[in-house]
Amino acid sequence: MDLTFSAEHEAFRAEARSWLAAHVPKEPLPSFDTAEGFEAHRAWERTMFEDRWSVVTWPVEYGGRDLGIFEWLVFEEEYYRARAPGRVSQNGVFLLAPTMLEYGTEAQKARFLPPMASGDEVWCQGWSEPDAGSDLAGIRSRASRTDGPTWILNGQKTWASRGAFADWCFGIFRTDPEAERHRGLTYFLVALDSPGVTVRPIPQIDGETGFAEIFFDNVEVPEDQILGEVGQGWSVAMATAGSERGLSLRSPARYTEAADRLVQLYAGRGGPPASADAVAQAHMDAEAYKLHTYWTATKVARGHAVGPEASANKIFWSETDIAIHTAALDLLGPEAELVGARGPGEWLDGYLFSLAGPIYAGTNEIQRNVVAERLLGLPRG
Amino acid sequence: MDFAFTEEQEELRAGVRTVLSSECSPDALRAFEVADEASRADLSANRWAVLAELGAPALVVPESANGLGLGDVDLVGVLEEAGYACLPEPLLETAALAAPTLAALLPEPAAAGALAALVEDDAVFAVGGIDVTPDGITSPTEATADGMLRTPRVVGARDAGLLLLACRDDESGWQLHAVPASSCTAEPAPALSATRDLSTVHWPLAADTLLAYGVAAEAAASLLAGRAAAGTAALLTGLADRMVAMAAAYAKERHQFGKPIGSFQAVKHLLADARVALEFARPAVYRAAWSLATAQPTLSHDASMAKAMASDAADRAARVALQVHGALGYTWECDLHFFLKRTWALSRAWGDAATHRRLVLAQLLDRTLG
Repeated sequence: MDLTFSAEHEAFRAEARSWLAAHVPKEPLPSFDTAEGFEAHRAWERTMFEDRWSVVTWPVEYGGRDLGIFEWLVFEEEYYRARAPGRVSQNGVFLLAPTMLEYGTEAQKARFLPPMASGDEVWCQGWSEPDAGSDLAGIRSRASRTDGPTWILNGQKTWASRGAFADWCFGIFRTDPEAERHRGLTYFLVALDSPGVTVRPIPQIDGETGFAEIFFDNVEVPEDQILGEVGQGWSVAMATAGSERGLSLRSPARYTEAADRLVQLYAGRGGPPASADAVAQAHMDAEAYKLHTYWTATKVARGHAVGPEASANKIFWSETDIAIHTAALDLLGPEAELVGARGPGEWLDGYLFSLAGPIYAGTNEIQRNVVAERLLGLPRG
Repeated sequence: MDFAFTEEQEELRAGVRTVLSSECSPDALRAFEVADEASRADLSANRWAVLAELGAPALVVPESANGLGLGDVDLVGVLEEAGYACLPEPLLETAALAAPTLAALLPEPAAAGALAALVEDDAVFAVGGIDVTPDGITSPTEATADGMLRTPRVVGARDAGLLLLACRDDESGWQLHAVPASSCTAEPAPALSATRDLSTVHWPLAADTLLAYGVAAEAAASLLAGRAAAGTAALLTGLADRMVAMAAAYAKERHQFGKPIGSFQAVKHLLADARVALEFARPAVYRAAWSLATAQPTLSHDASMAKAMASDAADRAARVALQVHGALGYTWECDLHFFLKRTWALSRAWGDAATHRRLVLAQLLDRTLG
């Protein structure tokens, strides 16, 4: 057991830190859930891509550095420490890409990964439907084969994060109308400027258009935009879901950085005893998540799979995020309702975002079922 | 970065699990609980002999002192197993507290003698006289009218050959002693759990038992409290693991409304929350062991964090396990009560979760402001 980073890792950390210090915008960018902010964040992705910082773990040929999971964790620690912009491309980079690297054809990887890495093509996720949320296997959007090498998509997806301004969408569609539940589904990649696609932005609780509904009305999609095999969409999608709940979407740096700021806020406010417990617990939870991630990453580095522990992860990071921001708002007291990109308002903004955590990527109630059934072996209900 | 145990460490843990699953089964705990004092001493001596054969008590004693020369990272899995089995004997006190404390005080003659007893005679150690508070360590040891000292809540005195005891007064500060059991009187304290060995000890202050005094004793006592917090945290994650496993097994077996109760979401979610709390307490416990083994500057923070996380995880597991067992769990007949009672005791021993949260915060503020 060794909990220190190697000299090589520390050298990489220094390199990342100095690049970020030179390039991270001095002023926060406008929210990526506005048209202007979306383009500003896209430009930031391009800046990172040009110096090969946007996708450090990817193969070199697609714009990455072919680095391991610990370098990624180090990079994330530096990224959050530098208070760099949110990743507008995260659905593609952190969720679709690991799945594509596993299931994609060489042609798909060559076609889709470089523009994903540069921010030229930003992706959103098309999974949930009006009647298929927690019960994702109940999806009804369908795809049917044409006489040619194409498929026709019909139906409706919803709650597509970044969907309002994204360029592409990945999602699962029912390709076998006879099959039920998890069978007969296929994973498609769809350009949102295809004829027949209508995107309707949904204003969120903060008034910004963070997600959207997507309607598919006889949308023709070439068959080389199927990821994995026809009919295998569920297992391909579960690989993406594992990434979403597990390691790649929420690196611990996000929480340790926020917890560090919380401790500073607490100290700056004179260390009010009423907040002591909550501040200490928030710090410990963030650090426990980091330690757990190092633990899991060691397994991954040794070639083991993550498995259903990803569900435990998702419950923990989402609740930790809320705990950190609740403690901060309690410290702010009457200032807690102020908005703004820095100062008290960033805590409110973070709080609103944290409240979505137990809902997206499979509600925490569903994750508790997974933990109970797959980690504890309890019978399905 | 390599946050995992070695194969040898996993094997050692597995060996302890196998031995304790027979030597310290719930039936063995039940027999122990109802035995008279003499048979209880025999049962403890037999179990200790088995643990000593595995090398558990002297695991972290340096090879130069004839120990196994292993470290806290090797020991932490063994302690989790002791918690998992609800081991009545003072393995934490002997292996994780007395052994490294004495080894660090070598070549002090009293330390050398006590350590030799631990390694060569399989001596059992009791530990007492240090309390953890939000403001740091204090000693509950008091002088009595007959010129002796009185230390309450000493763990392990029943079977101990030697007692590692601390005292403090405003004039001379801290003192740490290794006192032979023959010169002490131990008066059993009426504790809830009969498998817990808790006594009030009367002992004489003598020059030849002195291990350290003043600043050195304070540093040793403070490090011992950190070791105790980290080691108790390992016992607690072991206990939590056991209670979650027992409750999950029961939830599969017990039927209501024609189905196993574990198929109901209300029950699943209780157990899932307990499992998640355990899942995230464990790496904190393992990190604390590593920080002890490598004398990290963050050691005190790491030990406090481990204790706070493990106390909360075990308390939650206890509460959930009792609820899932229903009325059966509230009975003497059900094995669960051994683990519940040990958890209630240990979650508060060496500083409860709230105390350690304050200690963590104090360290953070030092870091932030310093």
